[in-house]
Amino acid sequence: MAALWWVMFFMATAILLGVCAVALYTLRRERRGRGLHVGRFVAGWGVAFPVTALAVLLVIALRTGEGMLPKPGPEGALRVAARGQQWWWSFTQWDAAGNPVHSAGELHIPAGRAVDVHITAADVIHSFWVPRLTGKLDAIPGHENVLRLRADTPGIYEGQCAEFCGLQHAQMDFRVIAHPPEAYAAALAALATARPDPAHPGAADFAANCASCHGTDARAKSAAPNLAGLAQRGRIGGGTLRNEGQESVLLWLRRHETLKPGSREPSHAALDDATLARIAGYLETAR
Amino acid sequence: MSMTPPTPIRRHRLLEAIWGTQPGLGRLAAVNHNIVGKRFMMTAFVFFAIGGILAMLIRAQLARPGHVFMPPEQYNQVFTMHGTVMMFLFAIPMFEGLALYLLPKMLGARDLAFPRLSAFGYWCYLLGGSFIIGAMLAGVAPDGGWFMYTPLSSSTYSPGINADVWLLGITFVEISAISAAVEFTATILKLRGAGMALRRMPIIAWYFLVTAVMMLVGFPPLILGSILLEIERTFGLPFFDPARGGDPLLWQHLFWLFGHPEVYIIFLPAAGVISTVLPVFARHRLVGYNAIVLALIAMGFLSFGLWVHHMFAVGIPHMAVGFFSAASMAVAIPTAVQIFAWLATLLKGRPRLDLPMLYLLGFFFIFVNGGLTGVMVAVVPFDWQVHDSYFVVAHLHYVLVGGFVFPLMAGAYYWMPLVTGRMPIYHLGRAAFWLIFVGFNLTFLLMHLTGLLGMPRRVYTYPAGIGWDWLNLLSSVGGFLTAIGFALFAVDMLMQRRFGQHAPRNPWGAESLEWSLPLPPPSYNAASLGPVESRDPLADRPDLGREQAAGQHYLATPRHGWMETLGVEAVSGRPDQLILLPQPSLVPLWTSLATALCFLAVLLKQYWLVGVGVPLVLGCALAWLWSMGLREDPAPVPIGHGESALPHPGVASQPGWWGMALLLLADAALYASLLFGALFLWVVAPGWPPPALLGFSPSLILLALAGLLGAPLAGALGLAALRRGRVGACALLSLLGAGAGLLAAAAVAALPLWHGAPPASHAYAATALVLALYVALHAALGTIMALYTAARCQAGYVSAMRDLAPRNTLMWQGYTALCGLAALLLLQLWPWMAGAGTTP
Repeated sequence: MAALWWVMFFMATAILLGVCAVALYTLRRERRGRGLHVGRFVAGWGVAFPVTALAVLLVIALRTGEGMLPKPGPEGALRVAARGQQWWWSFTQWDAAGNPVHSAGELHIPAGRAVDVHITAADVIHSFWVPRLTGKLDAIPGHENVLRLRADTPGIYEGQCAEFCGLQHAQMDFRVIAHPPEAYAAALAALATARPDPAHPGAADFAANCASCHGTDARAKSAAPNLAGLAQRGRIGGGTLRNEGQESVLLWLRRHETLKPGSREPSHAALDDATLARIAGYLETAR
Repeated sequence: MSMTPPTPIRRHRLLEAIWGTQPGLGRLAAVNHNIVGKRFMMTAFVFFAIGGILAMLIRAQLARPGHVFMPPEQYNQVFTMHGTVMMFLFAIPMFEGLALYLLPKMLGARDLAFPRLSAFGYWCYLLGGSFIIGAMLAGVAPDGGWFMYTPLSSSTYSPGINADVWLLGITFVEISAISAAVEFTATILKLRGAGMALRRMPIIAWYFLVTAVMMLVGFPPLILGSILLEIERTFGLPFFDPARGGDPLLWQHLFWLFGHPEVYIIFLPAAGVISTVLPVFARHRLVGYNAIVLALIAMGFLSFGLWVHHMFAVGIPHMAVGFFSAASMAVAIPTAVQIFAWLATLLKGRPRLDLPMLYLLGFFFIFVNGGLTGVMVAVVPFDWQVHDSYFVVAHLHYVLVGGFVFPLMAGAYYWMPLVTGRMPIYHLGRAAFWLIFVGFNLTFLLMHLTGLLGMPRRVYTYPAGIGWDWLNLLSSVGGFLTAIGFALFAVDMLMQRRFGQHAPRNPWGAESLEWSLPLPPPSYNAASLGPVESRDPLADRPDLGREQAAGQHYLATPRHGWMETLGVEAVSGRPDQLILLPQPSLVPLWTSLATALCFLAVLLKQYWLVGVGVPLVLGCALAWLWSMGLREDPAPVPIGHGESALPHPGVASQPGWWGMALLLLADAALYASLLFGALFLWVVAPGWPPPALLGFSPSLILLALAGLLGAPLAGALGLAALRRGRVGACALLSLLGAGAGLLAAAAVAALPLWHGAPPASHAYAATALVLALYVALHAALGTIMALYTAARCQAGYVSAMRDLAPRNTLMWQGYTALCGLAALLLLQLWPWMAGAGTTP
């Protein structure tokens, strides 16, 4: 892919400079073009040259594209699911036993292995894009698209929605976290148990005010972002805030209407500061 | 007709009295192409300025990461409006204005084929554009992006009036695009100077012809899509809702089926300007005229096979995508042919660096750059990476600004002496060029990199520290430089108009007909219409201007107050009729106001007002048509050079026939899009086959067939009777055809209404209803036309020679019958074929 880009880049630069050089050259000379054979010039540069160059490019492009498709291979690709909604991503990974592990805003994959992301949308069209891993593929209501990607090295890869999806399209980031292959099963297992501490004083506040939408159990789907493992996430609110611990969560709870106006999260104006702080503290234990 | 020829001054006064527009309120009745063309261009420039201000707001917002210059709901309106204004209210209307103004002058005619249609188009454009801008000022501008993807634009996710403003406003403006396209095609084919064969046409006329035909076929898919989406939003009929058998991808197909040809509709006229202006400053005739004509016809065809390259990332199978990738690359070939033909012209000539040439050099750099990135994004895997990123934003601005704005600015400096009679003032124009050129490249060259670094388009803000900060800041600086440059350009145009030196006739030494005119040209263009013997009429007859003013050529002597121009055989250019153009009239304004009432009524959900508006539109249209034509058979009249011609009402191939045929071409494109949509949903959308098929009703089908086929049969018999001179029989048979049309309308509409599921239940029922209503509407309009024909017969406007009304009515009825048959097949036979195996 990168090689293809550089070839196109240098070819295009050469053509652009060539055309401009000829155009400028015509201004600075006496009638030297008299000997020019117009038919050959136009047929050669206007037809023969682009036909040849484009034919080669087309073949390379189709082969490259074909190689990126999710095709069955000897090793078999790992299946994960991504679902876009206004304005966050929910992901589902499956552990070795085939049980789902749900997460929001962070997709966990093993490095060094082909992964097929099954992409759907809950409301409007979104687009799943992790620039450093592969191209983008749209999430379209009524359709399921499959994107093949592979992270060669473990690490964090930033992703974002690439199709305009309404008010907060800009705040619909996510991360792909590629774990070392041998650590992947453990990472999923840890996420599955990263529930907040039920003995924390904020547990009751959470249950009363948040739990109707937000789940804290990665084994179960929830309508709003699943908060299991929230304390370990890098960001909150689809990239609105960096997650620097309780303070960030508290800031979000207090001010999300101005930080990310239009999000589906209801106002918490009815809750006093102490309650919000207890909820934030409770979520801080989700690790 | 024999009288002493008047002196040039007296001839000028006589012609001006006939062609001139009344002052004061009379200006509202103007139909003259000089006036309407200038109005179009000035209005388009105002919209360009509005779009430019919106662009500056965007750049202000994005200059810094996390900048809170505008809240997101406002930013989303601003970028949506920027795209919408530039595409629909600037680029297309600017082309329309340019073609309106130039075509008659360059073809050697006195006006366009349908001057009142031009005026009507202008009013629709002005009113529709004002709706949209008014909505923006009221804070309810569209905010779903200029391509309005559904379901984001559905009533669920865009409940406000914003999306309706877009759908209705743009459709209203598109009326002007369709009418302009009909106008230009008929004019180029029929209204030319004597002897101007197709192969002798100025090259720009070829560009305008191809563009106009592309508009006739390219705009209807968007109009259809907008109608369907508005129906879905208003009445809940599902076309795009996947839960009820619709598919959001159908909108994308319809939109880009329009949207890609649109890019070439914008580029081709500007390329025509280049092919016209560049040879003048190269001081060499255009090289490769035939190759260029072939190339642009190829572009016209290819441009309809590219639309899916906007949809590479929606999950269409790779091999299908590969086809569109190949087609997208192939379109680079006719483009390259033109680029190298222009370079060869420069190489052959002795170019001089006048102001228009400077802008053309700017074009070369910017457009070629955009074309090359265009090839890159046609490469599917590369597009997966850069699609919907700032790389694409950069690409499209290089193509559109390079391929439209720069050539048009070259054209503006080139033709301003024609419009104002004054020469450019050089210093400002050069300063404007450098500001725009440097500013533009600063803004958009860097944007390629911003996109490659992963910045998606249409985000109202972005986080700091991921490498996008300085790129965006520099892009903003460049954007403001560009804006200052455009402001300077505007000032320059005003200065030139006010202070420029008076231009001599043909100041650039050009060889095309518009430079034979006095500067600025009078309302009637030329006092007599010179013959055309080659592609370069002024090279053959350097003195043509004086000869025309002295009345040495065609139509030199005004008579009966007629507004005369020549009609020619389409291919050979031999005069075959004398076209009498209509007087200034307020009817176009009233018709557009009545149309505006209908659109406003739907927008404000006051549906009873539609019941007032539609009869008003029909009444205006009938009054418009009724006012034209002759009550007795015309005889051939002398047209000069010892030749004579029949006034057009007595000629078969008169512009009115072409107008109807071209309108039906656009209509057929709309219907074909509808059939495509119905089949697409059946084959691709989730949730098919539908729970219930349309019931089979032999009696209704027989009634519908009787009506559909009976109407054209009665029309054909009426025409046959008319040929034998029996006007009364023609009128009676027209009445019979009117009855048949009513029968067809009722039977076809009854089919889904009585035998279908509720239309809101499933896309199948919804498409069945729309198909049936389309046919029923056409049958009903056929009835009105047949009644009109009968009335025209009674009033003495129709004879064996003056048979336009019955012929056009028959054409309409025949078209309706074909559409009806296709609809019946699709509604009754296709479900049975496709569903026979699956439904019990």
